Amino acid sequence: MSDKMHPDPLPHETGTLDLSVALPFIIDELPLGVIVMDCERHAALLNRGMEALTGFHRKEAGTIACRHIVRGDFCLEKCPVLSMSRVSGMMCIEGNIVNRERQKIPVRVTFAPIRDSQGHHIGFFETFEDIRALGAQEGKKSGAYTFGQLVGRSPQMEQIYRFLPMIAQSNSSVLLTGETGTGKDLVAEAIHHESSRAKGAFIKVNCGALPATLLESELFGHQKGAFTGAVENKPGRFRLAHNGTLFLAEIGDLPLSLQVKLLTFLDDRIVHPLGSTKGFFCDVRVIAATHRNLEQMVREGSFREDLLFRLNVVRMQVPPLRERRDDVQLLLDHFLQTFVSKFKKPTIGFSADALQILLSYHYPGNVRELKNIVEYASNVCQQNQILAEHLPAYLTNPIPLEQTPVSSTRQRSTSLSMNPEENGENPDQAALERKIIIDAILKTREGKKEGSEWPAIERKMIVDAIIKTQGRLNKAAAVLGWSRSKLYRKIHQYGIET
Amino acid sequence: MTTKVLICLYENEVCPRFDLTREVLIAVIDKDSTVRAEKEVVLPQASLDMLCQMILTEGIQVVICGGIEEEYYQYLKWKNVKVLDSVVGDCKLVLQRLAVGRLKSGDILVE
Repeated sequence: MSDKMHPDPLPHETGTLDLSVALPFIIDELPLGVIVMDCERHAALLNRGMEALTGFHRKEAGTIACRHIVRGDFCLEKCPVLSMSRVSGMMCIEGNIVNRERQKIPVRVTFAPIRDSQGHHIGFFETFEDIRALGAQEGKKSGAYTFGQLVGRSPQMEQIYRFLPMIAQSNSSVLLTGETGTGKDLVAEAIHHESSRAKGAFIKVNCGALPATLLESELFGHQKGAFTGAVENKPGRFRLAHNGTLFLAEIGDLPLSLQVKLLTFLDDRIVHPLGSTKGFFCDVRVIAATHRNLEQMVREGSFREDLLFRLNVVRMQVPPLRERRDDVQLLLDHFLQTFVSKFKKPTIGFSADALQILLSYHYPGNVRELKNIVEYASNVCQQNQILAEHLPAYLTNPIPLEQTPVSSTRQRSTSLSMNPEENGENPDQAALERKIIIDAILKTREGKKEGSEWPAIERKMIVDAIIKTQGRLNKAAAVLGWSRSKLYRKIHQYGIET
Repeated sequence: MTTKVLICLYENEVCPRFDLTREVLIAVIDKDSTVRAEKEVVLPQASLDMLCQMILTEGIQVVICGGIEEEYYQYLKWKNVKVLDSVVGDCKLVLQRLAVGRLKSGDILVE
């Protein structure tokens, strides 16, 4: 490996660090197992934590190879230190060790090179974290039907739960596909946290959020003076994610010029910041996600085929909520519990009416939409049960399809168009059925508590405001705290004559 | 009386982990402390079951290894196999020390 992988010589520190200090005393105070090795990987020093973890005494160090003290499953053929001597950064892995008490202990190990003040490599430093307690805690924390932050018990989700640990253990690139709001980012996070890179950073970049020029600098970094305004060096997200995971959301929105650069990185794992002649090695796992059809984009020429092939090593389709209807109730309860404790509300559940509406809704925005609905209802509801009137108006008063705004029509038609194929239902028919259910619920309630419905209350509010302002709609809108156009729309909706 | 010994190997040393052993040295130590009939066996893969099976079928009386889990230690003990674990050092040196009856668990033999 060339010298470019090594950082510049360290500046000579002055002051406190000029004093000679006894290293054993310092490392003894660390709440981790620490082992210091020479370049030949002989254990030069153990701290107290390491003595407790391995059962070896520090007097035994200095004469034997570290593998005889550490006795990790990573020590023999795949010793991380061997690959690290060629690259400059630290490295973090998970594995297990067998100590002198014949216990197999799961550990998280961080390896780092030691350099002198001139930047010359003089040894290695390893820290060992006993993660037995962590594993037990995680077992308690993750309840039934969950994986990381993912919630679901449908066969589709169970399949994802089965695959995730296997995918996490590899270093292959992952491509997550699925509609918006299905939880692709949570899947990516779960993969990261399950992997041996969990101690490293999880860096998320939305490729569609920035223009191409800014995105390049954001991803790959830049050198001071590379362009106007580049007043200092910027490491870039790839370098920040070293030893961790880089999650590229909306990879379909990545400009073609950057697709080439990403392709190069996936080939050689070297990042070339803008304006820099040096390349930097980055040990980064790339997880990409998109809601677009990348194959179609390749055919259209807006996405590079070779990049698709490199990203498409492990592909996972996150199912839309309508394909896992069994999870709707579970998700409703999960989010209700979350928001109720967050907002400190007395709410304990949904009424039968509200539940029926929520279960019959098709959720084109998937889990994100469901979450937002529950958050809205939790905010509005002041009782111990969420009623139908606490739900957003578009659920109880569905906008007829012909009146749906253009953008949402497109979104809904995309999601609905899949229904007939999968469920053998006509989307209009499904919407009609849902309207009938809602009408029936509303009608039943009308008999019980007439005038207490939100539309009726809203209508009354409008009429009162108009009367109060003597028919001046501008003032009426101001009284209601609405825009004039909203008032006109509501007047038209309720058929109020002015 | 002879003693049949199995040493878990990693290169020329005792393998640091019993469960990661890919190579073993099987030797017979005579009553007069001479070591004879040495053979090295390369295992197709590191497998605890395969290794334990080999120890039993070969009629091994003493196993020398690095780290071993309690479960396997107790199993071999139950099968009347003496296990000297946490041994560090060159296999020849270890064998010589065993032949003269001066090897015990936890010994670190460095030339």
